[in-house]
Amino acid sequence: MSGVLVIFFVLAALAVFGAVSLILQSHPIHSALSLILVMVSLAGLYLLMGAEFIAAVQIIVYGGAVMVLFVFVIMLLNAGVEERTNFSKLATFGGIPLALALGGIIAAAIARSSGNLPPPAASGAMTSTRELSKLLFSEFVYPFELTSFLILVAILGAIVLAQREN
Amino acid sequence: MVPTNYYLILSAILFGLGVLAFVFKRNIITIFMAIELMLNAVNLAFVAFSQALGKPDGEVFVLFVIVVAAAEAAVGLGIIILTARNRRSLNVERVDLLKL
Amino acid sequence: MSEILAKYGFLIVPIIKVAILVFVVLTLDAYLTWLERKVIAHIQARWGPHRVGPHGLLQPLADGIKFILKEDPMPSGVDKKAYFFAPFLTLMLALTSLAVIPFGPDITIFGYTTNFGIADVNLSLLVLFAITALGVYGIALAGWGSNSKYSLLGGLRSSAQMISYELALTLSVVGVLLIAGDLSLKHIVEKQAGDFGLLSWNIVGLSKGGGGFTQIIGCVCFFIAAIAETNRVPFDLAEAESELVAGFHTEYASMKFAMFFIGEYTSMIAVSSLFTILFFGGWLSPFPASWPLTHYLPSIILVPLGLWVVFDGLRYETILGRIILPGLGAVFILLGAGLFLSPVNELIQGPFWFFAKVGAVLFFYIWMRATLPRFRYDQLMGFGWKFLLPVSIANVVLTSAFIMWRMK
Repeated sequence: MSGVLVIFFVLAALAVFGAVSLILQSHPIHSALSLILVMVSLAGLYLLMGAEFIAAVQIIVYGGAVMVLFVFVIMLLNAGVEERTNFSKLATFGGIPLALALGGIIAAAIARSSGNLPPPAASGAMTSTRELSKLLFSEFVYPFELTSFLILVAILGAIVLAQREN
Repeated sequence: MVPTNYYLILSAILFGLGVLAFVFKRNIITIFMAIELMLNAVNLAFVAFSQALGKPDGEVFVLFVIVVAAAEAAVGLGIIILTARNRRSLNVERVDLLKL
Repeated sequence: MSEILAKYGFLIVPIIKVAILVFVVLTLDAYLTWLERKVIAHIQARWGPHRVGPHGLLQPLADGIKFILKEDPMPSGVDKKAYFFAPFLTLMLALTSLAVIPFGPDITIFGYTTNFGIADVNLSLLVLFAITALGVYGIALAGWGSNSKYSLLGGLRSSAQMISYELALTLSVVGVLLIAGDLSLKHIVEKQAGDFGLLSWNIVGLSKGGGGFTQIIGCVCFFIAAIAETNRVPFDLAEAESELVAGFHTEYASMKFAMFFIGEYTSMIAVSSLFTILFFGGWLSPFPASWPLTHYLPSIILVPLGLWVVFDGLRYETILGRIILPGLGAVFILLGAGLFLSPVNELIQGPFWFFAKVGAVLFFYIWMRATLPRFRYDQLMGFGWKFLLPVSIANVVLTSAFIMWRMK
């Protein structure tokens, strides 16, 4: 087994462990920390594939901003341990088979159809940030500008929602 | 070298776990986190495809997904704060009336 | 020797570098606390620490022993995982952030060329931002896990403050990136080299290669945002002692408290290093390269300093001082004399200027702490969002407009 494969399995195991822990933890803060673990290990996987810019952005935006916002809201609302109700038993019986079936279908579809794809980073080179930005500001410039509208709307929405009525 | 399939299968597993968390958890904030987990799983598939095909397009998509996720988190958490303030609970089952 | 290095250098050299860096940084942290207490005391017309050792020089050692020997009580009702994990996370991330900082140009020892820092990565600036972005969890978790109102408020304040000021911090750097056209800290420094010495640095911007636009706006924005990111006065609302006892680390004692302390000072060093690299030319000398006599400046500073310390030590009132201070002075004189020799002299230029600049920035930090009062919370948020962020964006627009104009 090559070294890269070992790193992949360690990071993949960490990601899956984090995702499982997200489900099993009863306190939202612990769930949030598990999700941060998933995100950091995914950043490691991106780095392994040679997408270093995405890896950095993953940690800066997801780990450093979005998840901090989650933790902040959990602390602000003083969220306690999740309560169990009758309905959550139904979710257990209905949800587990459903999710397993969905995951299985996706995995099966992947296994069947993508067998002839070359491995990522076969050249061993990193995607250059320059190349990425050129693409972002030429071919994808309209979607890029649209995201600025999206962010503006999101800011307005967040302010309107969180404002206390007086 | 790690075959692309491995990344895609990991992505599928994470997505499935995200769906599981979505239906399994009762806390609004944790349910929202499950959505983020699914988005992350999709991002992994995007990057894997992008690297396998040698085109950075997929990585640009990932950037867009991250931007949308950040915007979504801002609005979604605003809604959650409002809900928690009005219902005094974060349990989704207590949010079952359209009007108080 | 050189054969072994050529063969196993990739394994041995990083380990040696990490060991040296950790040792140097931890010592620097300890003496930074001494310097801080001493400087603030003198600004407020007091003496500061002066009991343990001559001029209180052994005070950090005494503090360290106290931290290790103290009882470590755990408050009831804490969230054990978060409570134990938080100080480790803070210290670990602070130390990791130093790994990507280049302290000098590439060096060659025994025929083995290596970079003057732990890791030399392409996106070192982004890596540094990523690590600092994760640093907020240490504080937030400590605040939440301690099961105390004061800690929770400190953690809440800190997490809101950090995501607010991170925007300004990142945007204030964009101007430098536009000029350098690179995300590697090493290349950013190399781009600032020019014929004019300190006029070529990004803060003035007369470099021959790049766009050459002054980054003084970005520099000021970065410094303000960096103070907020490291939770220092006047933005230390996370640990405002007059309102929150000690904020997020109220419930910590002994070594766990020391970890927060070391983490804070280490991130101060990291941020000062980044500030130096981005705006003040990193390891570059402030004098033009055509002035070779300035290479002897380290010796010219060290030898008189050593003589003064010896002189001061000889008339010190305690026996300990009369032994320690002249010894220290002798070390300084020997070092200064050694730096006259040509190979060492060349080697020391980069790190000397780097640490001189970082020292000046750290002194400025301490000076601000002794001078400025703390912001109110709404003032802090208003300043970050309504002033710092628009100004940083304006800097980006101005710089890119200037570069476009130059390219035409």
